[in-house]
Amino acid sequence: MRQLLSGNEACAIGAIRAGVRFFAGYPITPSTEIAEYLARELPKVGGTYIQMEDEIGSISCMNGATAAGLKAMTATSGPGFSLMQEGIGYSVMAELPCVIVNVMRGGPATGTPTRTSQADVMQARFGTHGDHPIVALCPWSVRECFDLTVAAVNISERLRLPVIVLMDEIVGHMREVVELPAEVRLWQPEKPKPPREEYFHYDDQNNYDARIASFGEGYRIHLTGLTHRKDGFPTDEPEIIKWNLDRLRKKIEDNRSWLWDLDYQDLGSETVIVCYGSAARSAMEAKYQFERKSGKRVGILRLRMIWPFPTERLIGLLRSARRVIVPEMNQGQLYREVERTVNLQVGVVSVQRYDGEMLTPEEIIQAL
Amino acid sequence: MIEIKEDRFLDYFRLDERFPHILCPGCGIGTIMATMVRAFIDLGIGQDELCVVSGIGCSSRVPGYLDCDTFHTLHGRALPAATGVKLAKPEMRVVVIGGDGDIMAIGGNHFIHTARRNLDITVIVVNNFTYGMTGGQYSPTTPTHEKATTAPYGNVERSFDICFIAKAAGAMFVARSTTFHVLHMKRMIELALTKKGFSVVEVISQCPTFYGRHQGIGDAVKMLEWLKGSSVDVKKVKDPWQVKDKFVIGVLHDQEEIPPYTELYQEVRNRAKG
Repeated sequence: MRQLLSGNEACAIGAIRAGVRFFAGYPITPSTEIAEYLARELPKVGGTYIQMEDEIGSISCMNGATAAGLKAMTATSGPGFSLMQEGIGYSVMAELPCVIVNVMRGGPATGTPTRTSQADVMQARFGTHGDHPIVALCPWSVRECFDLTVAAVNISERLRLPVIVLMDEIVGHMREVVELPAEVRLWQPEKPKPPREEYFHYDDQNNYDARIASFGEGYRIHLTGLTHRKDGFPTDEPEIIKWNLDRLRKKIEDNRSWLWDLDYQDLGSETVIVCYGSAARSAMEAKYQFERKSGKRVGILRLRMIWPFPTERLIGLLRSARRVIVPEMNQGQLYREVERTVNLQVGVVSVQRYDGEMLTPEEIIQAL
Repeated sequence: MIEIKEDRFLDYFRLDERFPHILCPGCGIGTIMATMVRAFIDLGIGQDELCVVSGIGCSSRVPGYLDCDTFHTLHGRALPAATGVKLAKPEMRVVVIGGDGDIMAIGGNHFIHTARRNLDITVIVVNNFTYGMTGGQYSPTTPTHEKATTAPYGNVERSFDICFIAKAAGAMFVARSTTFHVLHMKRMIELALTKKGFSVVEVISQCPTFYGRHQGIGDAVKMLEWLKGSSVDVKKVKDPWQVKDKFVIGVLHDQEEIPPYTELYQEVRNRAKG
């Protein structure tokens, strides 16, 4: 069925299709339509919507629902995302799978609520304290808001990790005619089988495919944000602190091969644009316009997953490039990652716009 | 001869490796933990239907010692986390335990809103008038003029009445007890657990290490004597909210039940499905 949807609506639909049955959130522009849609639709499928008193409460409430066995999600924007950071750290530490959607607006502080930006790229990666892994996905279209929300739920379930969907205001609010798939593939974790005495909540060796218990299933689990042993109980033994942090880091390291999700074309070109989110739409238009006028090809490398940053993949893919252009709606947050990746062998140009307006194709063409 | 019925007390604790606990000698939290467990047993609340949630601090370490589903969350966030658990598994018994700093300061906003929503949760607030685990700083319940490590010249702030706030925010049941009045405390916790909806029990507890010492009240025994001497039964006062120089103990508020959040939300689901 073809339908006219906004990115925010497609994201909410994706969440329900992926099995999300719990949403705790606090209204904030430009993410509110996700909450509104889920407030209407979740009860119809037996799910729960709750509007909390703030974003700190929202993420904590979501963590509670996850611990009790539901697939859960929250959605917010920059300032709310800042308030959630400690709770995101808790999800990482207690290994509670969940999805946090951040429809980015400009900052710092209340910034530009109704304008667009891509300025939370680094907040998504390093917002909460301590060493920890994170996965962040970055859709560029309404259809991808659906697809990547489903992917976010699956990845979070598989790795027992919070997954962030980073949308910018343009992607969240734009409307497109889309046809959503009839079926979506879902990750189905199995339930644990061993008797209570032999069950360890944090004992999976591969850091994924783990069978874990939820509250109310008779396993009497203990969840904590403190550094814990494999049975979940706190400790400050140096060996175990390291074991715990290694375990968390390896979730990303050991799973990079299937995690990386890139979209690219014409990478043999001299110039390649590395882009994400709505800036990638302008980049695509810039590519076509430039190619028509100049007859030269321009490569596009679009990151659907910006964290973990696909360093090794990028080194391989950008081998023949002479020049890389990174257009983004901030002061060059991902530019620095790209520059570090190509390691001075290729010139990297940052195209920035951070006045709340969309980055135009013309601005990118100027850099080409 | 006293007849001892089958005693399940120890079953409710994670005895292997978890003990001895980290609480200081003379701390009141152990008394509260044991009393809470006695209440669970006498009410027939099984370990597999029980989830005990806490935030951060001394009293928030209690869940770690209990053999049931336990959830040690972030500073001040026990109530929203408990809300998530209760909404996801309404059939579970959700009990929150936390201190005056955790529940009333950093978690103060969550406290009033969880009361307002009337989640079917019982909250036990351990009030020792200080931040124990971080070493004796002043808390929202530290009386004015009293000294703390962060109030070396005396506390200038006015203190919270936890029960009054709970009642005003919409709690169904509010009671106060102390660690001296152990049987009374057990009765209050049982009544709170029996009440459908949001219920609060404030338990005034001694912290000889960081409160008693700073105030010159002395050791645990002296503090318990102090609790005994400064408590008055609610039945013996005209207006419990006007008594300023004593701890009024007993049931301070017990209102007619209204349906808790989970029941009302089930109606929402039914309406949405049309």
